[in-house]
Amino acid sequence: MGFLKGIINALADPRLFFILAVASLVVLVWKRERIAANSVGYGLLGVLTVFFVFGSFDPNFRLIVTKPDNVPIVGLIFLLVFFTWYSVREGVLNDRRIAAGKGPIEKEEADRVWVWPDLVYTEMISLIVCSVILIVWSILLKAPLEQPANRSLTPNPSKAPWYFLGLQEMLVYFDPWLAGVVLPSLIIVGLICIPYIDKNPKGNGYFTFAERKAEVTIFLFGFVILWVSLIVLGTFLRGPNWNFFGPFEFWDIHKLEALTNVNLAEYIWVRGLRTGQPTFWLTREIFGILLVLFYVFALPVILGKTWFKGYYQKLGAPRYYVGAFLFIMMMALPIKMLLRWIFNLKYIVAIPEFFFNI
Amino acid sequence: MADTKTVAPKEGAGTRLWNWLTETQVWKSIFRHDRPDTDRTRVLVMLSNVFLHLHPVRLRKSGVKLRYTWCMGGLSFFLFLSLTLTGLLLMFYYRPTLEYAYNDIVGLREHVPLGIMREMHRWGAHAMVITVWLHMFRVFMTGSYKPPREFNWSVGVIMLVLTLLLSFTGYLLPWDQLAIWAITVGSNMARATPFLGHEGPGASLLRLGDVPLIHAYDDARFALLGGSFVGEGALLRFYVLHCVGLPLGIAFLMAVHFWRVRKDGGISGPL
Repeated sequence: MGFLKGIINALADPRLFFILAVASLVVLVWKRERIAANSVGYGLLGVLTVFFVFGSFDPNFRLIVTKPDNVPIVGLIFLLVFFTWYSVREGVLNDRRIAAGKGPIEKEEADRVWVWPDLVYTEMISLIVCSVILIVWSILLKAPLEQPANRSLTPNPSKAPWYFLGLQEMLVYFDPWLAGVVLPSLIIVGLICIPYIDKNPKGNGYFTFAERKAEVTIFLFGFVILWVSLIVLGTFLRGPNWNFFGPFEFWDIHKLEALTNVNLAEYIWVRGLRTGQPTFWLTREIFGILLVLFYVFALPVILGKTWFKGYYQKLGAPRYYVGAFLFIMMMALPIKMLLRWIFNLKYIVAIPEFFFNI
Repeated sequence: MADTKTVAPKEGAGTRLWNWLTETQVWKSIFRHDRPDTDRTRVLVMLSNVFLHLHPVRLRKSGVKLRYTWCMGGLSFFLFLSLTLTGLLLMFYYRPTLEYAYNDIVGLREHVPLGIMREMHRWGAHAMVITVWLHMFRVFMTGSYKPPREFNWSVGVIMLVLTLLLSFTGYLLPWDQLAIWAITVGSNMARATPFLGHEGPGASLLRLGDVPLIHAYDDARFALLGGSFVGEGALLRFYVLHCVGLPLGIAFLMAVHFWRVRKDGGISGPL
């Protein structure tokens, strides 16, 4: 038992956790024909249930999972795993129908039905079921109330509300101006832009995967991996000092993690060129600045002429550049994560003189 | 058109009572149509009822299937309504001041027998965040944001942000350790806003000679909290936003959202 818990603790390490999450998305997309089987979806829910039941015998696991505000996130895990699988399955089923020349199932259901009684009763039943769930939940689980607010007693860890924990997790890799302001704003702008960038006329109003491979994969990566799985990570696996703790690990406030992160400037000047770092910030950071400028401004252009040539031609310059910029901003997070994990890279550009660190 | 069964009325005391009731002047003054069991009355019930008229008279079959809709948009709306109701009741017992806020919550917990209003409000709020996300997820996966529904997707994104802000502002109100530190962590980000936060890049460029224009007492975080830390100003500000400002905003956008669902051709489906 202890051995199994040790394995799960090790797998939950942020690096492995993230890589496993990405790997499962890859498998989901790649093996979707096989995964569309009912047994896979319900099997997944079964495995999750077994995991949580098994985990609940462990005091550390129980402590973190039954924290009242974390209960909804346990629910979110089940719902999201199910609906991710379900939406891909519906897409696969429709793709098979389309391939057979039958059109998506929604087309067959294009007939009109009366709102009264068909919709009104569906709504009433959902409303009753939802009310019952909410009332039972409210009776069984008390809303949390901790000690009165005390500004001189900072809890460790201090966590934002759960739906912002993905952003708080980003703080490990980016400074607040990026993780807390610029990137969240870009998420909102990017979401709003989706319908104006996506010119693919297919897949409008029915589940499909084959007709919208890139769109669906990018969205699943952004939503399920970057947004939700980082929330799960931030909620269950981050303890005191925002250190990593496995699900079965005791939240030891004295756990030490060596901070050995190094800035790009030090890599280049000190370790590469074997001299001291220049004192003037522009000379010191010139390589990082060039790299960032290249990433943000040159890379979309280069990609538009090589790998993404097809998109450039399909979308036209304005749509392509807005889309490519947003995509590159999204990919900045996993790229920075990898750089941190592989090279212990702290900042690409570090100008603390102006609070400007990337 | 789908087949709909008409149930033949059975004779009995209940039926006679029903027949009598639906013939009274009071009943007929409220409901301007007969039982919705014919096509004509089914249309009339939709057209003459202010609550039901948000609906079309008829809709695609897939629009009533859980398989297609997941019911998440409807549940988000329902949860919003139930949050409005429970929130209203909570407002009777809660005063947003440092002196009373925490004690009022303790009072709600300790002195109300079988009270579950706060629980329903809190769990409902968490649930609404989740249903809104899943609604957005479903809309994406069915490609329902595509023309002619682009604008409605954008309205939906703003409503998603407002939902998160509603939950965020409400998180502070119990005024316990959980509340102020969560809001402290969240609002500390504003201090790093480029140019507008006193620890943000570029803020030090905004100065008149030696006098900085952006400092801890006038930056973006100060505007959010009504102070340089999460204190009385923040509590009042969050309370007003939570109970008045944000609900008004989201209700307004809901009207636009639902209107546009109808005007853009009803629930999405293959063209």
